[in-house]
Amino acid sequence: MKKGKKLTAYNNWGYVFAAPFVIVFLIFSVYPVLRTLYLSFTDLKVMGDAHLVGFANYQRVFTDKFFWKALGNTVRIWGVNIVLQLGLAFLLMVVFSDIKYKMAGLPVFRVLYYLPNLIAATSVAFLFSTLLDWRYGTFNIMISQIYKLFGARYNPVDWLGSVSTAGNTIAVIQSWMWFGNSFIMLMAGVQGISRDYFEAAAIDGAGRWTIFGRITLPLLRPIMLYVAITSLIGGLQMFDLPYLMSNPASASYGSIQTVMMYLYKFGFTAGTIQTGYASAIAYALFLIILSASLIQLKIFNRKE
Amino acid sequence: MGYKIKKGILYFLLILLAVTCLLPFLLMVVNSTRSGAEISTSFTFIPSHFLKENWEIMTGYFNLFVGMRNSVLVSVPATLLGAYFSALTAYALAMYKFHGNKVIFGAILVFMMIPGQLSLIGFYQLCTKLHLVNSYIPLILPAVASPGTVFFLRQYILSSLPPSLVEAARIDGAPEIYSFHKIVLPIISPAMATMGIMGFIGNWNSYPLPMIILNKNEKFTLPVMMATLRASLDMVRNQGATYLAVTISVIPILLVFCTFSKYIISSISAGAVKE
Repeated sequence: MKKGKKLTAYNNWGYVFAAPFVIVFLIFSVYPVLRTLYLSFTDLKVMGDAHLVGFANYQRVFTDKFFWKALGNTVRIWGVNIVLQLGLAFLLMVVFSDIKYKMAGLPVFRVLYYLPNLIAATSVAFLFSTLLDWRYGTFNIMISQIYKLFGARYNPVDWLGSVSTAGNTIAVIQSWMWFGNSFIMLMAGVQGISRDYFEAAAIDGAGRWTIFGRITLPLLRPIMLYVAITSLIGGLQMFDLPYLMSNPASASYGSIQTVMMYLYKFGFTAGTIQTGYASAIAYALFLIILSASLIQLKIFNRKE
Repeated sequence: MGYKIKKGILYFLLILLAVTCLLPFLLMVVNSTRSGAEISTSFTFIPSHFLKENWEIMTGYFNLFVGMRNSVLVSVPATLLGAYFSALTAYALAMYKFHGNKVIFGAILVFMMIPGQLSLIGFYQLCTKLHLVNSYIPLILPAVASPGTVFFLRQYILSSLPPSLVEAARIDGAPEIYSFHKIVLPIISPAMATMGIMGFIGNWNSYPLPMIILNKNEKFTLPVMMATLRASLDMVRNQGATYLAVTISVIPILLVFCTFSKYIISSISAGAVKE
């Protein structure tokens, strides 16, 4: 009896130790999320009072053709990005987990492939906008010198400025930044699979592609799902690179404005601030991300 | 025979990919030693001798080292607070049975899923109300509540801290906070280091939030400062200085990576496996 009481007394320390987290969490995480939700039902502009307007902002979001255009841009850039990023990571995983070739040097390659992911997006964006400048950028000059070697003439492409290339250029840079990260995750999954499975299968005489298809892939499914969902959540919120590498005055702007850039325009750009509307965009995007994640989850689970 | 050739081709492709990862950085370093006019007309991997001129042009525009100092002032306290309080919270959730334990853990799971954009506007409004615009507090203090880190450390404590250690200390009459500092922290320090380094990189590179909270030049963190640079320079004259600025902005994080790459790789791996 005495012991039980004492244990409860010890357990009360849980409140004390968790208190700082709970207080800061309520103020800086929970409150802002709820506040944004509340604002999404109001007509708040920059200042002044907020009046409740029901679902008017949401109605406006879902009928706003610029919102849909921005969503389309986001999905298109993310689509190209994710195919390249996961495709490359997947290929690398296949190469490094192959039991016939037994490729060496994984620690070194892993570090090199991960490197671009470390650099702040602002530095990456600035580096690439300079390298890709169509008149003076090193990238075009490099290509034109290679063309010259073969006696051909290169007509410089405005990678970030023209509608046909801007989105894909950003998608490629985004993949360049993130494929190493996906690769490390997939590789961690492969290394987490018990050696016994492979050995047992090898004893049974299974070929390496059978082993890959029957053991590696199915056991990797949870990790692939995790990578796919996190990249979807991150991808639909894409902001840094397109925002920093685009120029509202250039022709390509309309083709690379993402949902987050559109939100930023109404949330934080002086002159166009409509806080209520921006909040509704945030929640509309959240609903879209949520349903897309659920659909992804369903598709993955059905295969089982 | 065919085996060796195929393996050779695979290595060649792997190295080619590694070169693709490094090429932009290589060009960046080489170009920061060349004059804007040189870069604008030709391409080479051989460094030139305009480093000093580029340095002078760059420092005429802005002082990157102020940005670096500001980034340190934000990232270091945020990382330390995040690591310490996440460990404390994780310990509370893992070791004590108290009302609300499950609620807190549930909230952590939910907030790990919620995209950041949902809080952005509310967060900014809160900072305006509390007069925290242009202050580092909104960039530092929220680190005390880092759901992802708490989640990770909680799992780590459950799997690697034998409760008997703490119970033995209780019998010896050690206060709870003393046990936490002297027994728990040393055991979970590898996991804290891993999360701390990732937290530091995240804080150091953090972009949209500091841009929204800070609007005075002298307060800018490094990424915000780099963002103000874009498209505002005369390419032919300033290209070399531009590359030099990017090079310098990248150096601190590369140093961190060279020192801690083992931890960084293992934390990404852990992130995947925990699911």
